[in-house]
Amino acid sequence: MYKKNVYTVRNNKRIAEDVYRMILLGDTSYLTEPGQFINIALSGLYLRRPISVCDWDQESITIIYKAVGTGTRQMAQMKGGEQLDVLTGLGNGFSTDFSVLLKNKDVLKNADGHYVFPDGRPVRAAVIGGGVGVPPLYALTKKLKKEGADVVCVLGFNEENQIFGYKDFSDLGAPVCITTVDGSVGLKGFVTDALKNMDYDFYFACGPEPMLRAVWKLSKERGTEGLLSFEARMGCGFGACMGCSCETIAGAKRICVDGPVMKSAEVIL
Amino acid sequence: MSEQMKQNAVNGNAADRTAGNGYPDLRVRLGDWELDNPVIPASGTYGFGYEFAQFYDINMLGSIALKGTTKDPRYGNPLPRIAECKEGIINAIGLQNPGVDKVIGEELPRLRTVFHKKTVANISGFSIDDYVYTASRFDAVEDVGILEINISCPNVHGGGMAFGQCAEAAAEVCAAVKAACKKPVYMKLSPNVTDIAGIAKACEDAGADGIVLINTLLGMRIEPRTGKPIVSTGAAGFSGPAVKPVAVRMVYQVYEAVTCPVIGVGGIESADDVIEMMSAGATAVEVGAANLIDPYACKNIIEALPVKMQEYGIKALSDIIGRAHAGR
Repeated sequence: MYKKNVYTVRNNKRIAEDVYRMILLGDTSYLTEPGQFINIALSGLYLRRPISVCDWDQESITIIYKAVGTGTRQMAQMKGGEQLDVLTGLGNGFSTDFSVLLKNKDVLKNADGHYVFPDGRPVRAAVIGGGVGVPPLYALTKKLKKEGADVVCVLGFNEENQIFGYKDFSDLGAPVCITTVDGSVGLKGFVTDALKNMDYDFYFACGPEPMLRAVWKLSKERGTEGLLSFEARMGCGFGACMGCSCETIAGAKRICVDGPVMKSAEVIL
Repeated sequence: MSEQMKQNAVNGNAADRTAGNGYPDLRVRLGDWELDNPVIPASGTYGFGYEFAQFYDINMLGSIALKGTTKDPRYGNPLPRIAECKEGIINAIGLQNPGVDKVIGEELPRLRTVFHKKTVANISGFSIDDYVYTASRFDAVEDVGILEINISCPNVHGGGMAFGQCAEAAAEVCAAVKAACKKPVYMKLSPNVTDIAGIAKACEDAGADGIVLINTLLGMRIEPRTGKPIVSTGAAGFSGPAVKPVAVRMVYQVYEAVTCPVIGVGGIESADDVIEMMSAGATAVEVGAANLIDPYACKNIIEALPVKMQEYGIKALSDIIGRAHAGR
């Protein structure tokens, strides 16, 4: 279910080069799973701006966005107390129910509520983010940890001054591997360079399409499935205009309502 | 506005709309079909309706124009399909739809669970046979009120000219659909022409029961950094408040040329816009791009209409159709 609401900016802080964290106060009851997004109306601009939700609680929504265009640059200028007209609860997020996601491998929830293989081994999940694809993975990692999953995070950036989220993800208790293209921090290269040396039973990915494609290909070669979150220019954000469709094995899907999170088995990359 | 008034505005409460009580009457007639109010979401901006039922009770609408449907399923154009403009949007969706079988078999049943009025079926095609086939299928669906024939797609059959850009071709499609169908046929016209009134008249002469205009204007946006068009097709359909004056002018011209009802479309986002379009000659209106940026746009317009009518001393909306014209 989605809803239009007015939100008040609590604060809006720069956390890396051109990257801002904004906390919005207002109704959060329409957000149900990590990976959903909100669509923000900005003054003087005709279309809303879709931004993924980083985290939320009873009273606030946290978004992390990169100031790259007219809309996001306008957002970067906003101060605490200002108000925004927002559509909330949009899109299908990341499911974490491995008994469904890994049904073909007979994964079940054990007495402790943890997802395990028939031999008792817990499911190991890789959470893979690239640049501004990282934010929605925060609430996901939080949920996975809460559910007792074995999680490893791989976060890729171009260079040191663009890195954000390392401490936040680490504080959740998950091992975090950083990759940078220029090698200034962590492993030099792309997220796939880190994944090559890792074992994982399932993956969750959000980032630029070349990254998604590389992760999808590498995992496919290993027979590992996952969920991928896509980005697109959108007209409405709630399924009315078909402006953000993509082709999948299961036919045309709208990224805004059928996604943005899609199954690795049905995407075409 | 009282809750009762709002309710009546939505339902067209019979007791309150008897003549002489001074109550704003929103009803309009498209031929034999009486709509509770003239507000219809435009094809392509409202999906198959049910997505909007999550926001409000869509039964308050006059009707719903369904997503453009073709004989066979269509994926549409590659992304990006959307570009923003000042007070508008450029789209190149490319008639993505699941095909008439699935629309009738899956989408309409789903819509019926949340919407209980007649709908406007929007039909596209690439040949006259396509139009006739798809229109005939909708003609057999009981709760379809009007067949809206979209003739601003490329005329693959006739050598690349749009059916809607040539009076003879427009009339040919209209006559063929009329001959095959019982339901009222409304021709949805392209504004990318020099003689809109001539094309509308040719359609009426070919048997059209009504005219819908305008479809999108051809526009283009180029990304300054790359120097390339933003949407994948280059030129694409431009709509939104920026095109409203063009739509009002064309509705005005067509109203003078035909006697059948005209449905006005183009940049409507307020009750004032509805009144303006009806004054130009529209019997009903379709709301397009506004739905995309504010899913409550139609609801807000319908609720604001009685207030504006009282402010302007309009007792019945049907009284103002074409009042902008000399001698009216």
